[in-house]
Formats: sequence, structure tokens, C-alpha cells
Amino acid sequence: MTSRLRPAVLYTALIVLALVTILPFIWVISGSLRTTSDIQANPGAWLPSEVTLDNFARLFSRNGFSTFLGNSVIVAIVIVIGNIIAASMAGFALAKLEFRGKRVAFAAVLIALMVPFSATFVPQFVVTVQLGLVDTLAGIALPSLVLPISIFIMRQFAASIPDELLEAARIDGANEVRIFFQIFLPLAGPAVATVTIMSFLASWNNFIWPLIVAQSADSYTLPVGLAAMSQAAQNVTDYGLVLAGAVIVMLPVLVLFLFLQRYFVQGIVSTGLK
Amino acid sequence: MAFAVQSNKTGAPRTRRRPAHTGIAWLFLAPFAVIFVVFSAIPIISSLAISVTDMRSADLQTPFGVNFAGLENYVALLSDGNFVRAILNTLLFVVVGVPVTMAVGFALALVLNSGIRRFRSVFRGLFYAPVVTNIVSVALIWQYAFNQNGTVNEVLANLGFAGPNWLGDENLAMPVVILLGIWRNFGTAMLLFLAGLQSVPEDVQEAAALDGAGPWRRLWSMTIPLIMPTTLLVSVLLSVFFLQVFDEPYLLTNGGPLGSTESMALFTYHQFGFGNFGVSSAASFILLLIVAAVSALQFRLLRSRS
Repeated sequence: MTSRLRPAVLYTALIVLALVTILPFIWVISGSLRTTSDIQANPGAWLPSEVTLDNFARLFSRNGFSTFLGNSVIVAIVIVIGNIIAASMAGFALAKLEFRGKRVAFAAVLIALMVPFSATFVPQFVVTVQLGLVDTLAGIALPSLVLPISIFIMRQFAASIPDELLEAARIDGANEVRIFFQIFLPLAGPAVATVTIMSFLASWNNFIWPLIVAQSADSYTLPVGLAAMSQAAQNVTDYGLVLAGAVIVMLPVLVLFLFLQRYFVQGIVSTGLK
Repeated sequence: MAFAVQSNKTGAPRTRRRPAHTGIAWLFLAPFAVIFVVFSAIPIISSLAISVTDMRSADLQTPFGVNFAGLENYVALLSDGNFVRAILNTLLFVVVGVPVTMAVGFALALVLNSGIRRFRSVFRGLFYAPVVTNIVSVALIWQYAFNQNGTVNEVLANLGFAGPNWLGDENLAMPVVILLGIWRNFGTAMLLFLAGLQSVPEDVQEAAALDGAGPWRRLWSMTIPLIMPTTLLVSVLLSVFFLQVFDEPYLLTNGGPLGSTESMALFTYHQFGFGNFGVSSAASFILLLIVAAVSALQFRLLRSRS
């Protein structure tokens, strides 16, 4: 291969592969803009024969969909705020404080990170029933209120702050609570951003737990509501409506990802590699 | 805890400062500790406890009134053809899904790291997009594409082939479900490999090139050995993902046709849905043991890196 040919070959291969990768997105978006009769007449077509927003209008006038959207938003806000507060506290303690039981606490974070959800959801459900939180948004949000991934990100960030900075404050008589609020938190912006993104993603895309806890349409989150809609739609084949729902579910994350890619990358690399 | 015992008993010279912040540190950790105890520690222990009982959904209000069943659930499971099939399906997921996902991720990482100069982050973003996308939305379009009258068969028809009913066929459903798993995970592999490749020193590569080693030779004898820790880590992470596979078969086929795509996690969920909490917990505990074995390896890798 000559040196001039090689990049051309690589770029072509990358472009083809990238197109194949994003094909499902294109289909979802283009399908959501087509009329139902158009979808049924040309199931394999790439582009709408005429662009319509009718599917979205029908979606939002439909009973329930706005509730699913509202539930997803509420759960996401609660989970993100919970993660920012609790994970920054836990991460700071694990990285910067000396205390009895530190190894136990760190082992707990690792266990929480590694125990597969599919292995514990039955007893988690039993616990949720005992707490009286089945079929409530609180029951959906509570287990994700402090994600181990968030603690990892915060701990790693806290470890990068020089000890001298904290020691200087201690010598000046500041206690650990003040150090946390006045020194650690003001510096923690980038870590807070990463935690916000990662916990929003975990909340917004969570499927199996809301599927188990939400037992009536009133507490469905978007993915659960969408899955229920699509199962109903297999009988009536109203693909346009379901695909419009799929766009609403995908869009917030894709837009966030488009603008904040580096935080996503940071999140995955720091949790996967360190 | 080890150092505390040591210093208290013998008064041996302490190498560490006396823990000064125990109270405040646990205050900081309190929210995590509460959530961990309620939603991780108690469930892990009670998962084992429930699995040796005959608990059913009707017992939810009186969870302590159930009967001890010993290992009955486990014995029943291992002689249940459906569960054995779920284990084999899950292993198939891992054995096919992990190597293919890694190969795609590694190839992409290699090209993005040293093959091209421009648009790196654009390509990285496009290839990573499936990881962050909601699986329910994507599964919908896959279902639609692999329908009897779907897009894939439309394309095949234009080429003169009669396409099968992919998701309704006992032999073809699994490949489609695995393909969705690969599509969804290769971005993670790519990103981790990219991070690994960036830690390979440039000057070592250049020195080897000066010594006359061609690109393939450098790849085999230098890059691949140098990023071995990353490779191990990615393989363990992906194995844990694929062992727990649930969303893809649930959304595409719900385990069918005839149980041909039922994974262990999905089997657990179905037993849960039937109200067989005891059986479901036993099945999930077997899955937990398998994942724990793989995770133990991951834990050692993480420790050796930090």
C-alpha cells in the first residue's frame, strides 16, 4: 500500500462502518416522520415520501405518554441530584480522610459495582414491597440514588487534589466539613459534570428495574411505557406512533452526547480503567 | 481493618497515622451506606435465603412465613431443560459476542489512534453513540428491520433472495439478538482500547520502525503485548455484560421462539413473573456465582493497576 492510498482506504472503511452503525438512528428518525400508510406501503424505504409531524401530535395527545415523560424527568432529576450530593461526599471521604473501616467502605463500593443486577432484583423487589414503595417513583429512583460509578468518579477526582492544599486549610483551623464545602466542592466542577451525565444516562435508560417496580401505567417511565406501547402496536402495527415515541426517548441523550462527548468518554474510561 | 488490630495489640511501630476522621468520614458515607445496606447487602444475603425456600409472590406480605426447601430449587433447576438451555444460550452469547465485540472495538481503536489524523472525535462519537442510546428505541427498529416484511428482507428481495422470518426462526433469532448485543457494546471496547493504545509510548514504536519492523510486525510483537492489561480488562468487562444479557432478548424475542434466545437473566425474570420467587432466586444465585468468578478476576486486575 502506498502511503497516499492507505488513508483513503481507511476513511472509506470508517465511513461505511459509521453509516452501518447509525443506520438504526436514521431509520427511527425517518420512520417517525412518515405517515402510517407510507410505512405500510414502503416498509423498506429510507426516506419519508412526505414529512409529517402527525405521529408526534398523536403521541402527545394520547393518554399516558406525557405521564411517562414526566415520570422519567422526575426520576432523572432526583437521581442526578442524589448522586451529585452523596457521591461527592463519599468520594471525598474515601480519597482524603483516614478512618476506621475505610477498606470495608471501599469494598462495599466495589461490591455494589460488580454484583449483577439480575442476581439481586428479586430480593430488591421484596425490600421495595416491604418499604411500601412498589409502583411509586420513589421505588424506581431509590436504588440508583448513589451509584457506585459516581463514587468512583468522585473518588478519583478527589485523589488528584494535592494533600498540601487540604493540610494548609487544616492548619488554619478548618474542619473537614468546611474543607469539603469550601475547597473540594469549588474545584469539583468537572467531576460533578461527569457524575451528572453518567447518572442521568443510567436513570434515563434504565429499563429492567422500572419494568419491575412500575406496575400501573401511572408510574411507567418512558422506556417502560414505550415497550408497552410497542407490544400493543404489534396488533395494530401503528409503527409511526411507536417510532415517534422512540425518538422522544433517544433524543435527550443523543443531544447531550453530541455536545458533551468528552464527559461521557471520561466517565467510561475512568470507571473502566481505574 | 488489619492495621488497627496490629497497632492495638502489640503497640508495634505504626506506619500510618491514627485514623483521625472516623466520625466525620462515616457521616459523609452515610447516604451510600444506607442505600448499600438496603439495596445491595440485604438483597445479596436474602437472595441466597429466598433461594432455599418455596417463596412465591403470594408470600410477599409475610416473607418470613415461607417453608424451608433446602436445595430443592437448585436440584429442580439443574434438571430443568429450559434452565440448562438458558445457561447454554448465555454461554453462546459470551463466546460469540465477546470476541467479535473486542475485535471490532480493537480494530477501530487502532485505526482511530494511528491510522487517521482528522475527524477522530467525530468517528469516535459515531461509534460510541449506540452505547448511550436507549435500548428500547433501538430494539423497536431492529424488530421492524428483521420482520418478515421488514427492511432487511426488502433489501434481500431486491437482490433476488427470499428472506426468512428472522426473529421467528429458532436458528436465526439468536444471531440477530447477539448482533444487537455487539452493536450496543463495541463502542465501549473501542473507547477502552483507545485509552490503552494512548499509553503505548510513541518513541518505542518509532525505534522499532527504525530497526525495520513493518506495521504488522509492530502490531503483533509490540502493540498487542503492551496493551495486554487493557485487553484482559475489556474481555472481563464484556464477559460480565454479556453474562447478564437481558434487554436484547427481552425486547426482540422475549426469549423465543421456543426458548432459543432465553438468557439466564431472562429466565430469572420469567420465573419471577410466574411468581416463583424461590426458583427465580436460585437461578439468579447460580448466575451470581458465575459472574462473581469472572468479577474476582476483574477485581484483581483493578487492584494490580492501582
